[in-house]
Amino acid sequence: MLGIESKGILIVYLLCIASSILCVVYGLLNWNRGEEAVGPDDVKWAAEESKVEEEL
Amino acid sequence: MLAQGVGNTEIIVVLLYLLTIVYLGYLGWRRTKSASDYMIAGRQIHPFVMAMSYGATFISTSAIVGFGGVAGMFGMSLLWLTFLNIFVGIFIAFVFLGGPTRRMGHLLDAHTFPELLGERYQSKFIQVFSGLVIFICMPLYAAAVLIGGSEFIATKFDIQYQAALLLFSVIIAAYVVMGGLKGVMYSDALQGSIMFIGMIVLLIMTYSKLGGVKAAHSELTTMANIPSLFGKIGFKGWMAMPEFGWGESKYELWWIVISTIVLGVGIGVLAQPQLAVRFMTVKSKKELNRAVLVGGIFILIMTGVAFVVGSLSNLYFYKHEVITGKIISKTENVGVIAKKERDIEAKIPCTLLHIDINDDGVPDVDIVEKGHDVVKDGKVVLPASVLMPAAEVTDLGDGTVEVKPKAISFLRAVVKTKTGDWMFNTDSIIPTYVTRALPGWFGLLFLVTLLSAAMSTLSSQFHTVGTSIGRDVYETITGKHGHGIGITRLGIIIGIVIAVLLSSYARGGYFIARATAIFFGLCASAFLPAFFGALFWKRMTKTGAITSILVGFIITAFWLLFIKDKEARAIGLCYALFEKHSLLLDKPNWSVVDPIVIALPISIIVAVVVSLISKPPSEEHLNKCFRGV
Repeated sequence: MLGIESKGILIVYLLCIASSILCVVYGLLNWNRGEEAVGPDDVKWAAEESKVEEEL
Repeated sequence: MLAQGVGNTEIIVVLLYLLTIVYLGYLGWRRTKSASDYMIAGRQIHPFVMAMSYGATFISTSAIVGFGGVAGMFGMSLLWLTFLNIFVGIFIAFVFLGGPTRRMGHLLDAHTFPELLGERYQSKFIQVFSGLVIFICMPLYAAAVLIGGSEFIATKFDIQYQAALLLFSVIIAAYVVMGGLKGVMYSDALQGSIMFIGMIVLLIMTYSKLGGVKAAHSELTTMANIPSLFGKIGFKGWMAMPEFGWGESKYELWWIVISTIVLGVGIGVLAQPQLAVRFMTVKSKKELNRAVLVGGIFILIMTGVAFVVGSLSNLYFYKHEVITGKIISKTENVGVIAKKERDIEAKIPCTLLHIDINDDGVPDVDIVEKGHDVVKDGKVVLPASVLMPAAEVTDLGDGTVEVKPKAISFLRAVVKTKTGDWMFNTDSIIPTYVTRALPGWFGLLFLVTLLSAAMSTLSSQFHTVGTSIGRDVYETITGKHGHGIGITRLGIIIGIVIAVLLSSYARGGYFIARATAIFFGLCASAFLPAFFGALFWKRMTKTGAITSILVGFIITAFWLLFIKDKEARAIGLCYALFEKHSLLLDKPNWSVVDPIVIALPISIIVAVVVSLISKPPSEEHLNKCFRGV
């Protein structure tokens, strides 16, 4: 298959593509899930992070 | 000298690229476009921008040039690393680690990886020690990235490696100083997009040049019967796994590829300090979910393409490459370094041809014409006449010749060192392939691809180096919070200088991949159990975390100093104390096993056992850490 004779290489060649497809499918299924409200902790964290970046 | 290889087109393209990046940086500075600015404004970052920015940060010239070169040497077994990169580095990291890291980081107001561990375990020691480890070891990884870009510039423009390194370092340092550290999302996203396009084009052009996917694979498979330098350590061709087993030297390659290259880097990605901080800059789990989609494809196209093309370059050099030009000179029977370590240089006697291909009277291409057997006491100890390429030279009659190098990639990548010696250099395989096999315009696209890959990763590495020493070490020890900015800046400058010095000193012996693997493996063994415990196991204690970090670090350091042959030789402490390059050199396979295989399991066991027998953290503290996690 695909001109690859070695099983170890064929398996990993296909696994690379399959794991990418897994990522795509997961991303599509969860595209709109996981929305979280930004709380005071988050804003405080981001403000400090931004301050450090500005100073640098 | 530089002007010989660099034309106006090259200068204009690189300048245009740099100007665009500077402009985007300026926009970012004016309109505040770093990830945390989005969070403050309560706005979403476009998922494409988000994922490309991630990808650009995590994939560097190290993966493309360094690991691609190792694939050129050892073959497609490296794809196991691509699989781990996608499955572990993207899927597991983003789906399982990203959300909890982000939540806990915000709850504890932690802005660096050591700070997250330090706050979770209520330990200043953890924060300071982790900060020091990162500050000391990260420049090694940064050097790997710098070397990757410099090797390509040296090959593409036919200039000395040291000059290329200087040029590349100046561009990178200017970028880092002029705002690269802020991590402006649009600059990173542009860099990620360029990398994506560059690698896609590289893949398509390579397969089409070599007759298509199936034909290229089949033909490369048949090349397994070429006598190989690595045959004795288990090399079975570029389209096969190395021989697996234990206790004999013919299994060494399997352990090199799988333990060091695949596991060291594939698992180590989970405990990368920059990755953890990136998770904290995300607004919600939704952005992480979306980034999984783009990230999965991005990594496949980056490392997958680099490893496939690296392997296939053997087919090009061995069967397709034809060099037309004038032979300017020949170096007869010179020892070419095949394995360079401190005080030990295994040299293979070869005759080299130096060919001028653009009629300027200066040699542009150096290849092996033939090898000469090494004979000791009347016996051939190294059959170099069989193992080395036998170039075919045809006189075209007008003073020019047509040369078919008939070399595999490792033996085609001949470079001159700064001391004037010749060396086979794995890290030059991808640069040589791109320069020789593909059109000039692609070389330029690839140059911009590598600049992007290096700039985005290096700026994030130096950011981490700076905050490790400024925030984690200085501010924690002195208690002067918010006053470490000067130390952070100084730390960044020291980090850059060390990385450049390392890049200048260490070249050859697939240094890029080894340096990256050392850093990733060290992070995994020292920090992974403490990091996982911090996020997922409330019973993990401060004592458990400290012991596990120390045990992981000490075993890794011991293994690198006294057991792992290549590293122990390079450092030289083992030889100075015991007059042996590795304490287990006489036992097959042990000296090529990566420390992660030994250190990580022990550090996990230590973390669990010590936590179970030590006093658990208070409920109050756990509530603070895990609220909503």
